[in-house]
Amino acid sequence: MLDDRSAAVRPGGDRAVARGAAIRGAAGTEAVPPASPPRGRAGGALRRMPPFGAVLVGTVLAAVLLAAVCVRSGVATAAETLPPDATWQAIRGDIVGDAAITDGEGIVTVGAPYRADDAAVVPIDIAATLPGGRRVRTLTLVVDENPSPVAATFTFGEERPTLRLSTRLRINSYSYVRAIVEADDGTRYMTARYVKASGGCSAPALKDEEAALANLGKMKMRYPPPATPVPTAVVEPDGKPIMAQVMIRHPNYSGLQMNPVTMLYIPARFVTSIEVSQDGERLLSMEGGISLSEDPTIAFEFVPKSGDPLDVTAVDTEGSVFSGAFPLSDGAG
Amino acid sequence: MSGAVRRRGAALVVATALAAAALAAAGLRGPAAGAAETAAMAPLPVTELAPGVFAYQAPYALIAPPNRGAIANVGFVVGRDAVAVIDTGGSYAVGAALLAAIRARTDLPVRWVVNTHVHPDHLLGNGAFRAPGVTFVGHAKLARALSQRGAFYLEQSHRQLDPADAAATVIVPPDVAVADRMEIDLGGRTLLLEAHPTAHTDDDLTVLDAATGTWFLGDLLFVGHIPTLDGSILGWIAEMDRLAGRDVARVVPGHGPLGLAWPEALAPERRYLTRLAEAVRSEIAAGRTMSEAAARVGLDEATAWALFDEFNRRNVIAAYHELEWE
Repeated sequence: MLDDRSAAVRPGGDRAVARGAAIRGAAGTEAVPPASPPRGRAGGALRRMPPFGAVLVGTVLAAVLLAAVCVRSGVATAAETLPPDATWQAIRGDIVGDAAITDGEGIVTVGAPYRADDAAVVPIDIAATLPGGRRVRTLTLVVDENPSPVAATFTFGEERPTLRLSTRLRINSYSYVRAIVEADDGTRYMTARYVKASGGCSAPALKDEEAALANLGKMKMRYPPPATPVPTAVVEPDGKPIMAQVMIRHPNYSGLQMNPVTMLYIPARFVTSIEVSQDGERLLSMEGGISLSEDPTIAFEFVPKSGDPLDVTAVDTEGSVFSGAFPLSDGAG
Repeated sequence: MSGAVRRRGAALVVATALAAAALAAAGLRGPAAGAAETAAMAPLPVTELAPGVFAYQAPYALIAPPNRGAIANVGFVVGRDAVAVIDTGGSYAVGAALLAAIRARTDLPVRWVVNTHVHPDHLLGNGAFRAPGVTFVGHAKLARALSQRGAFYLEQSHRQLDPADAAATVIVPPDVAVADRMEIDLGGRTLLLEAHPTAHTDDDLTVLDAATGTWFLGDLLFVGHIPTLDGSILGWIAEMDRLAGRDVARVVPGHGPLGLAWPEALAPERRYLTRLAEAVRSEIAAGRTMSEAAARVGLDEATAWALFDEFNRRNVIAAYHELEWE
């Protein structure tokens, strides 16, 4: 046995789900969480991000208290009724300001498990095909209920009509995971998936800390073959896209992990940016935070500009810079 | 006593008590003193596998209020002068029920408590054994693993157990760290403790009763209960090869039937982990993502294991995370 980071192994959670299912069954309809919030201006409740330690301590205590209360009183009422997106309404202004958001259903897909198997490593697969000749400029991943909701923002140097990107996130509690794709004309498409997970930020994923720290900063690039063919209907005017997977060894300490003996939090240390370029031109840049899992990785599709290597540079909160050059042929196929 | 054995002071225990008090002050339920509130559990029904060697076979289950955390096998060995306990269960109440089972068999003092690894179902019963003259022993990496995970495990207890059981449960870190090997003398009877390289976890420790050839493998061996991967799949596979060559009379898995023949008992776990590694490698080579692999790998093992649905996908994720770096 390990622990209950998987929502599936939370006895309390399962009870709530079973009850919720029974209620839905009685009503004869399948409850589907709303995919996106109503358009329009967000409410005034802004969720500022105070200094790291303060917010983290507060959040952890709150989460612990909440967990203690919720379990005894029959768990997350959210699991029984439709999970409201009140949190999103509160943080929306901080993330996209007043910008209009278009429902991304059918345009942006978010592959995420309904129940996370390991809340510290939740694989997320994003795919998008934009209508009307629009091209993808940025992708923002948001985990509503995480202490720092914006998990990562990706900016594409090469703007293409399609997007494929996979990464792994920590999810701290039952939460919507949102992908917001911004097109070159400013249109924002958003799709959300509800994921049941708990403890992803406070649970150390480290399986062997010695090995992890010894390898800190080590990088690898893979060029995995496309497992699913790109839809033929998509016109790729610029050439044939391939996948690249950037991998960096880093514990990505969240600052939420506590040492029970000293009662001190293990200091946060995580990768804040990753940039991938070819021939001096940026292909992809990422700004991220504590929601990225240990050993951050990004797999993304791009059209090579040449046969030259990809250059990767990553920076963490201590200012350590990790970089490498990876020939396109390496690890291909 | 050979190998690097490091003494850790009582300071840790004091600090843990302080930590528990602080947790209580922060709104969590009370510290060790709450033990008194825990309704006693019947003594664990133990089996004498060989003269002086006892173990309790736990059900295949997740920690939940009805089982009170008794979901991992635990045991003890009685020497001429003293008793050694091997794992203590998933809550203070389970530890106390194990102590009651010991008291039903012998009046000799418990001198040693050995933890086979960091997982909560194996060591959250430690608190019931805390007393003058009792030494807690673990792998050299156990203390660090506990310092990283202990708070999370206690918090989790409040989700998984009844409040009184969770409140009584505390973290007791090891007093003695085993980096390689260590012998424990129970009086006319020697236990051999061996620290293993990263496999099921990074802090797996096994206990061999030399007199009877009974080998407590902790979670390096799962029988019936799906193996759970929290260390290194390649390390575990390599370690299984080494373990299989040992000549012992019987083994006690961390989960599953007691007193099994060796190395026959290892075959299902070896098959599962070997196939898991092969299948995950194929998925990675084929360009499938972690989530695609999690949905596809291991399904032909579904009927072979208890708790398959609870852990197989997570095993795939852990294996994928490791093997994509090959």
